[in-house]
Amino acid sequence: MTRLTFFKPLSRLAVAACVTIVALSAVPAAAGPAQDQILAGLKGEAQAAPGWTGAFSAERGRALLLASPATGKPDTPSCTTCHTDSPLKAGQTRTGKAIAPMALSVTPDRYTDPEKVEKWFGRNCNSVLGRPCTALEKGDFLTFMMGQ
Amino acid sequence: MTTLIRPLALAALFVAVSAFAASELGADERYNAVTDPLTLKECGACHMAFQPQMLPAKSWHLVMDGLSDHFGEDASLPEEPAAKIRAYLTANAADASWWGGRFMRGLDETKGPLRITETPHWIREHSHEVPASAWADPKVKSKANCVACHPRAQQGMYDDD
Repeated sequence: MTRLTFFKPLSRLAVAACVTIVALSAVPAAAGPAQDQILAGLKGEAQAAPGWTGAFSAERGRALLLASPATGKPDTPSCTTCHTDSPLKAGQTRTGKAIAPMALSVTPDRYTDPEKVEKWFGRNCNSVLGRPCTALEKGDFLTFMMGQ
Repeated sequence: MTTLIRPLALAALFVAVSAFAASELGADERYNAVTDPLTLKECGACHMAFQPQMLPAKSWHLVMDGLSDHFGEDASLPEEPAAKIRAYLTANAADASWWGGRFMRGLDETKGPLRITETPHWIREHSHEVPASAWADPKVKSKANCVACHPRAQQGMYDDD
């Protein structure tokens, strides 16, 4: 009995610590002010364009990642060619260089520099789709990645 | 008098040759590492930033003129960084120094090959030593992946084969 009472507070603390760690790691990294600002900018643009449904959709973003439009350059028929089909996994460029996972929870410093975001959407939408992405597509895609 | 000068001259020559052999110039397959931070950042985003000494200036101009379709991908850059990178690459190109470089041997400068792997020197160095199975290895993936076999390629060291 004495042993139990001695260990009880300690074990309780351990359990609490474990629960906290699990809870923290299970929650996706929340987007910070820099990411929010990029999304807000895209929202402003998307609202002004036809087809705006009231909000960005992570589901449409996922569909964009997994689609194989093959309307761009032949070597890059899909986003998944280089980024894999999971935002949580590291990708690989066609020359074998590693690409950090696109999910914000795995690569928290992503989507903080608006110029960088525009540069890569500009290049990759042209490579994969053969055209620039719309603000709606970009917003959907980032909403999906920020929720992952 | 001549009997004294000759051994001295020979000794001096020996020292000079040894120094050359030990230097970067005399070493086998060593190149200056890329030092320009912008070139390292932009070119290095998708592949190792290749040493500019591996292509003549004409090739680098063609590469920088064609970034919107860079070996099958859009690698476009805004005008300002593109101009800076172009200046760095051409200033350090294979034909930028008076002694040229290994990559100028047998190369038709007027054609300006787009790929380092199309230069006579690259082909000479890889055709006998590298079996086809090595290129097929998924860890290699591409002939542009120098570091797969030359772990110090980024530092300009390719004499580890």
